[in-house]
Amino acid sequence: MRLTLRVWRQPDADAPGAMVTYGIDGISEDMSFLEMLDTLNEELILKGDEPVAFDHDCREGICGACGVVINGDAHGPERTTTCQLHMRHFNDGDTIDVEPWRAGAFPVVKDLVVDRSAFDRIIGAGGYITAPTGAAPEAHATPVPKPDADFAFEHAECIGCGACVAACPNGSAMLFTSAKINHLNVLPQGAPERETRVLDMVATMDEEGFGGCTLAGECATACPKGIPLPSIAAMNKEWLRATRKVSRS
Amino acid sequence: MNEPTNYAEYTVGEPIADTKAPDGPVAERWNRRRFEAKLVNPANRRKHTVIVVGTGLAGGAAGATLAEQGYHVVQFCYQDSPRRAHSIAAQGGINAAKNYRNDGDSIQRLFYDTVKGGDFRARESNVHRLAEVSVEIIDQCVAQGVPFAREYGGLLDTRSFGGVQVSRTFYARGQTGQQLLLGAYQALSRQIAAGAVEMHPRTEMLDLLVVDGRARGIVARDLITGAVSTYFADAVVLASGGYGNVFYLSTNAKNSNATAIWRAHRRGAHFANPCFTQIHPTCIPRSGDHQSKLTLMSESLRNDGRIWVPKARGDRRPPAEIPEDERDYYLERIYPSFGNLVPRDIASRAAKNVCDQGRGVGPGGQGVYLDFADAIARLGRKAVEEKYGNLFEMYERITAENPYEVPMRIYPAIHYTMGGLWVDYDLQTTVPGLFAIGEANFSDHGANRLGASALMQGLADGYFVLPSTINDYLARNPHHDEIDDSHPEVAEAVADTEDRLRLLLAVDGDRTPDSFHKEIGELLWEHCGMARTDEGLRKVLDRIPQIREEFWRRIKVPGTGEQLNQSLEKANRIVDYLELAELMCLDALHRAESCGGHFREESQTEGGEAARRDEEFSYAAAWEFTGTGMAPVLHKEDLVFEYVHPTQRSYA
Repeated sequence: MRLTLRVWRQPDADAPGAMVTYGIDGISEDMSFLEMLDTLNEELILKGDEPVAFDHDCREGICGACGVVINGDAHGPERTTTCQLHMRHFNDGDTIDVEPWRAGAFPVVKDLVVDRSAFDRIIGAGGYITAPTGAAPEAHATPVPKPDADFAFEHAECIGCGACVAACPNGSAMLFTSAKINHLNVLPQGAPERETRVLDMVATMDEEGFGGCTLAGECATACPKGIPLPSIAAMNKEWLRATRKVSRS
Repeated sequence: MNEPTNYAEYTVGEPIADTKAPDGPVAERWNRRRFEAKLVNPANRRKHTVIVVGTGLAGGAAGATLAEQGYHVVQFCYQDSPRRAHSIAAQGGINAAKNYRNDGDSIQRLFYDTVKGGDFRARESNVHRLAEVSVEIIDQCVAQGVPFAREYGGLLDTRSFGGVQVSRTFYARGQTGQQLLLGAYQALSRQIAAGAVEMHPRTEMLDLLVVDGRARGIVARDLITGAVSTYFADAVVLASGGYGNVFYLSTNAKNSNATAIWRAHRRGAHFANPCFTQIHPTCIPRSGDHQSKLTLMSESLRNDGRIWVPKARGDRRPPAEIPEDERDYYLERIYPSFGNLVPRDIASRAAKNVCDQGRGVGPGGQGVYLDFADAIARLGRKAVEEKYGNLFEMYERITAENPYEVPMRIYPAIHYTMGGLWVDYDLQTTVPGLFAIGEANFSDHGANRLGASALMQGLADGYFVLPSTINDYLARNPHHDEIDDSHPEVAEAVADTEDRLRLLLAVDGDRTPDSFHKEIGELLWEHCGMARTDEGLRKVLDRIPQIREEFWRRIKVPGTGEQLNQSLEKANRIVDYLELAELMCLDALHRAESCGGHFREESQTEGGEAARRDEEFSYAAAWEFTGTGMAPVLHKEDLVFEYVHPTQRSYA
């Protein structure tokens, strides 16, 4: 198929950016969206132009590196990552807008590449269980009820791509943050740090400049891993509980 | 510069030996080594800096653990976050000899299975240690909150995997690698936040700094600003993964690369068994020339899926129209006791054979069916969905075919590399102070890795082995001398790196980096892939110097070096692939036997199985670099089997 692409080009973090139009032909419906961008880039290189920079790595939907806004939707029209979006979901002759994640806390680095290091700092604030190597008890010493284990897993599936933030009108990171808190706080192993975890991670999230949640729900719609919206409510409950407990002590 | 020699005319140097593993009973060696190793006083550890390159299971675990011990860790990854390392894509599971199933498992059996699965080309002492440590890994990961699959009673579930007859694989749905990696990443993040690990994301190691014969740091490029800088340390740990991407199409992440280990090899670290590459039998076949990578379907699918092709050549009927008696369930037919669960090398080669016979299915006849119809009839669709739902979804997303209704089409693809930097029992390379862990080293899997053992080895090395063994090196080699960029060996390495980057930008030719990468990848897949011959390998060895020459005449890299330049990153990695490919082919040529993933057509049994030649090849081949395109020197490490006696592997 033949497509018209309008791609955000921005040389670096400080330079102004703009949408640039490219025509591209010979796109197979079996290509992934990133393979379509590869095709464009091969043409640009041969012309001596700089290829479009974008983050990507595993290309199987699990590393969370890729992610662009396609026609206004984070990761495009399907509920998956950009690397797992295939061109069969587009039609010959389509015009496709391709933009980076847009959020104050994710500054653009170049073209479609953004800086998501704020996510790492949120995890560093408490998104772990303190269990130094060698200190672990026998794995079967603490059974975990299957529903709790499944609940933990469902939230642990988050790949940290940032689509939730990009989709949110407020640029909020509540879904990302709640996914990790819910994963760890439901487990018996996570209980000792349950209060500090939620308080510290939420505080860091705010410091990093992410917006608040107004329950628009766009985050959960964009999430390629299906982290559910009630996660945010569960995190708020955890936060409230922790705040009360800390203020009591 | 020296006159180029004929690359294939390698010379044989002094044998190499692992001098670190103690002797005595194999089950006591790890304990003895830990006891005999010198230690660094806790108060002195913060005075030692250790560089860790890579943040996958091995690197992430090592960085976190070394920091917990009190060392000052400086860590690097090329990704934007340490959480994205390619360990995250491992699906199936992690082995451990817990014997929770009471089905006859033990450390002894895991040791035996791994040595046998590796086709008797791994070191017994290392493999036994791996099996011992496996049980601690599960404890550690559960303590970190890794959400493994559990039974209704709240205890851990396990499943069986290829090449073994016990159920010892722990898993987290089809995302075990993700969950284990996030566990390591979270432990690492805690240390980063505490200031114990200085993390440099989006920074790629481009050379190793060897000063006075010891590894003392690295040269690395900030991928955002393009700045090339030096980082100094008392020891350097490479956890940069395998080199499967030399084939262009593989299941590796697009940016996984061999530069860190290859640059270390050029600086004196011997490279062992480069021809031992693993081809995974269950990947989604390629759909066209645009294909940028291949996607794996977990081996766990072979627990319930049945593999077949039509009995007749060129049978183009849709699968549903092929009656049962016209199907050939070839793995069940040839290997009745292991059936669809034979080890990966055997399953891959069998798929190639049936496709070579013209019985392959799908576009170009490069595929076989993996059929779940029987499993769905037996267990119900819901149970199949519970076990494999995310894999089925992924398959459908990529192929637009519904595997609940039509059998999956699968074909083998490059997945893992057993070869890597040669290391001793302490995981130290031939460069003192340089350690290699995880897939970057060659140590534990011999000529073939069993499923669910990569995660085990990465975490064993990172959490338990390296943090013990590196103490001994640091205690014996306290570095009191300060080095800086003015040291001649440092200045030379930096100048080398900068020159190479400048040259790549200056050629301004007419071919893209990917076009070269695809060319070398196709050559390797054809001649150094699932089956290898003397003639084919020699052909590639003749061709590679020509491609290299053409590369430096025709490569085109737009932009500058002082910015985020992904073409420059790629081109620079290809420079190393063009040398590594040559060593892989030479290693494959010199090893005139078949073993594990290395199948030489000249060395097979009457039944077409791999025929090992133990009298001649029972050694690890450690290669010493002598110059680009120049014949390397082979150092042999003889393998001694005291416990698991080599037999022709049989899975029939």
